[in-house]
Amino acid sequence: MMNHETTKAAPVALVIDDEPQIRRLLRVTLEANGYRVFDAATGSDGIAQVAQRRPDVVLLDLGLPDLEGMEVLKRLREWNRVPVIILSVRDREDDKVAALDAGADDYVTKPFNSAELLARLRAVLRHAQPQGADAIFRTSELEVDLSARVVRKHGQEIKLTPIEYSLLRLFVTHAGKVLTHRQLLTDVWGPKAVEQTHYLRVHIAHLREKIEKKPSHPELIITESAVGYRLLELE
Amino acid sequence: MNDGDRPNPDALLSSLQREEAAKKRGRLKVFLGMSPGVGKTFAMLEAARRELAAGRDVVIGYVETHGRKETDALTEGLPQIPRRQLEHRGIALTEFDLDATLARHPQLVLVDELAHTNAPGSRHPKRWQDVAELLDAGLDVITALNVQHVESRADTVRQVTGAEIRETVPDSVLDGAVFELVDLPPAELIQRLHEGKVYVPDRAAAAAQNFFREANLTALRELVLRLVADHVGVDTREFRQTQTNAGAWKTGHCLLVAVGPGPFSEPLIRWTRRMADGLRCRWLAVHIENPRPLSEAAQAQLEKNLTAARELGAEVVATTDDDLVRGLLRVARAQNATQIIVGKPSGNGWLEWLRASLLLRRLARESGDIDLHVVRSEKAAGSAPAVRIWHRSFASNFQQYLFAAGAVSATGILNLALVKFTGPRVPGLVFLLAVVLLALKVGRGPVLLAGALSALAWNYFFLPPRFTFIIATVEDGILFGLYFVVAIVLGQLVARIRLQEEAERRREERATALYEMSRDLAEATSRDEVVWQLVAQINRSFNTPVAVVLPENNKLFAHPDSSLVLSEKELSVADWAFRQRKAAGRFTDNLPGAEALHLPLATERKTFGILAVSFPDKRLTLSQRDLLETFARQAALVLDRVELRAAAAQARLLAESEKFSRTLLNSISHELRTPLAASTGAASALAAAETAPPEQRRALIGEIQEANARLNRVVGNLLDVARLESGQVRPRLDWHDARDLVQTTLRELQRELAAHPVKLDLPAAPLLVRLDFSLAQHALANLLLNAANHTPANTPMEVSARLANDQLVLSVADRGPGIPPEWLPRIFDKFFRAPSAPTGGSGLGLTIVKGFVEAHAGTIAATNRPGGGVMFTLNFPQPEKPPAVEPG
Repeated sequence: MMNHETTKAAPVALVIDDEPQIRRLLRVTLEANGYRVFDAATGSDGIAQVAQRRPDVVLLDLGLPDLEGMEVLKRLREWNRVPVIILSVRDREDDKVAALDAGADDYVTKPFNSAELLARLRAVLRHAQPQGADAIFRTSELEVDLSARVVRKHGQEIKLTPIEYSLLRLFVTHAGKVLTHRQLLTDVWGPKAVEQTHYLRVHIAHLREKIEKKPSHPELIITESAVGYRLLELE
Repeated sequence: MNDGDRPNPDALLSSLQREEAAKKRGRLKVFLGMSPGVGKTFAMLEAARRELAAGRDVVIGYVETHGRKETDALTEGLPQIPRRQLEHRGIALTEFDLDATLARHPQLVLVDELAHTNAPGSRHPKRWQDVAELLDAGLDVITALNVQHVESRADTVRQVTGAEIRETVPDSVLDGAVFELVDLPPAELIQRLHEGKVYVPDRAAAAAQNFFREANLTALRELVLRLVADHVGVDTREFRQTQTNAGAWKTGHCLLVAVGPGPFSEPLIRWTRRMADGLRCRWLAVHIENPRPLSEAAQAQLEKNLTAARELGAEVVATTDDDLVRGLLRVARAQNATQIIVGKPSGNGWLEWLRASLLLRRLARESGDIDLHVVRSEKAAGSAPAVRIWHRSFASNFQQYLFAAGAVSATGILNLALVKFTGPRVPGLVFLLAVVLLALKVGRGPVLLAGALSALAWNYFFLPPRFTFIIATVEDGILFGLYFVVAIVLGQLVARIRLQEEAERRREERATALYEMSRDLAEATSRDEVVWQLVAQINRSFNTPVAVVLPENNKLFAHPDSSLVLSEKELSVADWAFRQRKAAGRFTDNLPGAEALHLPLATERKTFGILAVSFPDKRLTLSQRDLLETFARQAALVLDRVELRAAAAQARLLAESEKFSRTLLNSISHELRTPLAASTGAASALAAAETAPPEQRRALIGEIQEANARLNRVVGNLLDVARLESGQVRPRLDWHDARDLVQTTLRELQRELAAHPVKLDLPAAPLLVRLDFSLAQHALANLLLNAANHTPANTPMEVSARLANDQLVLSVADRGPGIPPEWLPRIFDKFFRAPSAPTGGSGLGLTIVKGFVEAHAGTIAATNRPGGGVMFTLNFPQPEKPPAVEPG
């Protein structure tokens, strides 16, 4: 767990990527946005630097010369909870799901938009903070009070079924982060239900009916094609 | 595209030329004389020297000068192939070396004495076969021959001179040859003979004296002159037309000669050949097999007759029919024969004469518009003694006779026990029954024996007075007579029916085998399948091991499906048969010492391989050989078809991939370089314009972003096509809400679709469907981008999703200019871009849509809408009902 001193200072990012051009670009972009940046060209060097530099966030490429990025992720997760964002040219859903299920916090495909990458970085850093017990999630029209188990839309309380509420609670506690089908199904219905994706489809549809401004154009719960869902948070 | 796959045009051309040369058969020039001593060898050598002087590559393959000085002198300066030395029973012999000549491959080769018989152990029994092989290999050959050795004239020569002719050359060998007549007046020849200038072996001197009489020589001279005059050629044809009765000339003649197992057939065949020569028409030698088995001798004679016919140039047809006349006429009609030639009934026993006369009368009556020639024929010299027709029925073996006698004895003993209770007549009926039952089992000969024996036994043991051959009463006498006739007739009838049934069964089997063969082969689509079917069918039909030998890298190998293992020696026989496109091995004239029969699998176009069939200790009947050859022919035709089809497919593939790669390169270079150019240009402008106003810098940055987005799309499309092409697209089906599919796709394309209002038509409740979300999203996105790219800004788009007939129907419609109807069928082709299409697309988008939809076993359609615009409809089959979801 990160402590408050390091996060108040400039956040530290570690870039693990074998392409010098990408490392250069990320260094310029991140430093311009107030990060301290270290980089590593190999997986093993990356793991060593995580131990040595204690970064606040890791940007990890999947195609590394010595170790597969997935292997680096698994080794990191054996002893460390540092947020990891996968940054890869692999855009197949299988790869994304596998990385997210293995503990990655987000997945951004190359070529990426710098603004979007920075937004994802901010989201994972925010959730790395311990959540306050009275956390309240607010958008312009929606308010979710987790402590009181109350959901309001335009100030009006709306009724959610227990499953809808469990889903929403999960989204709110991981706002901005992709939740895979497996994560959602395991958490809400239990480990036996990981194959029952149709549960999700129907209940997400119902949840959207209730909380979205225009359910035909969802703006809160968005579908990450074939991977899962993400609750967009306003910054 | 790999250049190594494409045939090198130069290599192709030279291989074509080689094939052309191989196809060209060599020319044969024959120096023809009336007898030995007229100077053929001399004339031949002179001709060779002339050719040599003209600059041709001439060698002497084999010339016999008999030590004459003038002749020897002529051989000087001409290269010679050394003779082959071999030993036969302790005698050293020299022979023409065929292999050395083929290896040397001159343009022209001299080979003397065409009618020569090779020493045992040579490749061919006869030299004319060596010459035929030389011609097939494309070599020109000069040779010499006396008229007495010409097959169709040999009979006449024998009649004229009384000399025995042992070595003959088939007329078919001489077809197409150029004749050079070496003429010498008989008086001069006799003069030369007296001067010792004619080589005559010592032991034949007396015979020679007889042969070289002036009368003989005059007749031979006339014969050779006529032969030369009769010989092929358009000019001589006209000549002959004025010589013979012009009115008798009919075009399209076809002669048919009936060939039997007797010794009379051969002269008949020669007669027909001469007549066919005269008419310049095709001729058939037809043998009608009947169900009765032939004796060994008769079978051998038949084969000899048919071989003679084949060598004389006839088309040989063997067919089965128990009615000779009907069979002959059937073949005659099928082959459009205009004349039938049969032998005159000869005086060989009155029964035979009567039978032949009756057949002849029927033939004359039923032949209709076909002319009938009845030709007197003599026994061919040196052939087997006459085989009388009814003799053939005694062809059953000795055991059958023994069995018949035994059966009669056993019945007799039974009757002796019976007679005490029944009186003398019942034993007669019991005997009769025994004879009839026997007829079901044994041949006609043994049945005849049983009939006679049982009649005698009945008389002796049972008819009173018993134990004598005396018949006491008129009644018993009539009974005995009737018994004798009935037993024999009944026995013969039953035996005949049985034989007919057997023949019928054999015919049936053959027909079935042929049918199965053609049916199985018709389904074969590869060389291996053809081989497998061929081997299986021959194993089934002949119950004998078989090998199929195929060329691989210029060498022959037995196919692994073969059931016969071929030795090195057999493989070399197969190799010969393959190169010569001729049957070889056992039962043939080519390398007859081999164990297997090697038949080429050949069509007009090409030889594909060799079918080698082994018949250990078995004879090969005519119909079996016929069947085998039919199999081989069928298989070759199918191999041909398979190969042509593969070649056509290969050519098409090559052309298509060539065209594809050209379009691909053009398209890729355009699609990738355009955004790169935009991006590079904008970036360099940005670098140079540090002081430019902010809006200008923003515009340049926008260009770079736009170019990069486009580049990313093109690369994505190329990767998708590559995945589709390599068959890597396997949909991962899962339940999804079709509404979510549409919404997510639209959300991710917000920027690209900003200029078009999109109207959604989606159901109110979740629409659960089973599909691969990302593939379907991709397809939908490409359709939307396609529509955005091809329609003017602010024209509306409509997207709908619904379930109908167990299908998810997704549609994307625009109000753009539509697609000209002639382009509609091609819009899903790779890199197809309608000429009117705006730039920016890669020509791959719709191909990918189609590929992804089809990966779902779905369909795609594009139609022009009434009122303008295009509608694309995607159908995803939904065979499964969505599972229920409990609320909560």
